[in-house]
Amino acid sequence: MAEVDEANKPLFAGLSDVSISADIPVEGEITVPVSSPSQDDEYSTLDEPVKDTILRDLKAVGKKFVHVMYPKKSSALLRDWDLWGPLLLCVTLALLLQGGSADSKDDGGPQFAEVFVIIWFGSVVITLNSKLLGGTISFFQSLCVLGYCILPLTVAMIVCRLVLLGGTGPASFAIRLILVIASFGWSTFASTAFLADSQPPSRKALVVYPIFLFYFVIGWMILTFAPSHGAGP
Amino acid sequence: MSLAKMSVTEGNKNTNTEAWGGFDDNLIQGSGSAVIDMENMDDTSGSSFEDMGEMHQRMKEEEEVAEEAAATEEDTGEDGEFLGMKGIKGQLGRQVADEVWRAGKRQASKAFNLYANIDILRPYFDVEPVQVRNRLIESMIPVRMINFPQKIAGELYGPMMLVFTLVAILLHGMKTSGTVIREGTLMGTAIGTCFGYWLGVSSFIYFLAYLCNAQITMLQMLSLLGYGLFGHCVVLLVTYNVHFHSLFYILWLVIGGLSTLRMVAALISRTVGQTPRLILCGTLAALHMLFLLYLHFAYHKIVEGILDTLEGPNVPPIQRVARDLPEVATNLVNGTVKSLGLSL
Repeated sequence: MAEVDEANKPLFAGLSDVSISADIPVEGEITVPVSSPSQDDEYSTLDEPVKDTILRDLKAVGKKFVHVMYPKKSSALLRDWDLWGPLLLCVTLALLLQGGSADSKDDGGPQFAEVFVIIWFGSVVITLNSKLLGGTISFFQSLCVLGYCILPLTVAMIVCRLVLLGGTGPASFAIRLILVIASFGWSTFASTAFLADSQPPSRKALVVYPIFLFYFVIGWMILTFAPSHGAGP
Repeated sequence: MSLAKMSVTEGNKNTNTEAWGGFDDNLIQGSGSAVIDMENMDDTSGSSFEDMGEMHQRMKEEEEVAEEAAATEEDTGEDGEFLGMKGIKGQLGRQVADEVWRAGKRQASKAFNLYANIDILRPYFDVEPVQVRNRLIESMIPVRMINFPQKIAGELYGPMMLVFTLVAILLHGMKTSGTVIREGTLMGTAIGTCFGYWLGVSSFIYFLAYLCNAQITMLQMLSLLGYGLFGHCVVLLVTYNVHFHSLFYILWLVIGGLSTLRMVAALISRTVGQTPRLILCGTLAALHMLFLLYLHFAYHKIVEGILDTLEGPNVPPIQRVARDLPEVATNLVNGTVKSLGLSL
């Protein structure tokens, strides 16, 4: 989208120049030189193998994962946002939380749809809130950051399932509690590191509170998760 | 745009009434100086909707003039029927132009709409963290000032966040109590309950206030009730984790009562007369206190029912002992009586 906009702007600027300055004779073919590089770009991706395209996108997603794991104030997550990573994380988390409750009659764990709705609805609410408080970030940038910052919690969920394989008891609960609290703190810290710059500094607390609540709910869902077949006597 | 113009010119050709004449002249003048017209088109290519808007406006004015003329002519002459026919055709052209203009406008503003709506809402979210903190504290302190209208801040950030917090707490309560609602509606139930209460009761009380002639706006009502939910959040957060019935009743009376009193005091100060005050504040207090009672017991009752029927080993024992302390006491009494009876 950004590329198209950039290509369009000079195009219109050129047109208005032509119409305003009447003393310059306009004849011959009028070409817009700015739009040609983008066309070349598209052409180069057209005949590349599908594998390359997918690998390139996956690499971009992986790079953003690294950014979340080492949250230093970089704008890579904000500049070229995508929603593939959030979708991937969200689906993974929802599938893991679904767990063994799919085959049993009673609904022990949270449903797939519930997790999905909580994540997307929650991030939309946070984004709208930050916009209402006067943030300078775009809608999808914020969605992207919030989605990518679920990564620590997803990792915690995977480890929790491994711990749950070992057995349920006070010891495993303690391990899971520490894990979830650490990843919850990590998620909140990372997302605020990315999002805080776009907010007026006096209102940072107001923006952080819904983020805190959002990750808290997800973290709490992970903590209270227990596969129904494993919990039975 | 060209379609609209065509239809307009068609309408003009068909209806040669006096009112349309001026417009027709304008068009002819425009087509006469083609070069200038083209240049104009080039310059305003980005904002052709404005042109259409102007045209629409002008047509509306002229339509009004035409109607007036038609009315006067109908009063005087006999070709009222003729004019009516022409009026329908003119209306058709106008309708098409109107529709095209509206479609264009819709398309242009579609992307912009979201941000425009946000800008409308932005003043209500214009707060500082200190202000929110102070209002949260003030929501627990009833002010005994009835003679002069109390100030109520019209702000929505605090209420929104409190409602979402209440949703989260409610979810927590449902989950820990193992409430089984039908599939996948746990989240929906929580959101529906909280937002339903907030919006529903606010509009109901606003309606009552309108009937009772109280000086309060909808925004103030939303803000007042929203901050009133802070007490609920605190009470429920404590009582979903610490299960003493007596503790809940104490908190219900003290914290819930304080936040209710604060709202009631604010409403009283803005109402005149004994009966309106009684109706308004009685309704609000009853609804607010009963809602807290409902939120607490709607899930606890279910839990206890399930626990009683199950009595399985997968029930966390700590919670059960703590929550049902009176029952434990009665069990103890029963046990001692039984053992006494056996020994005798």
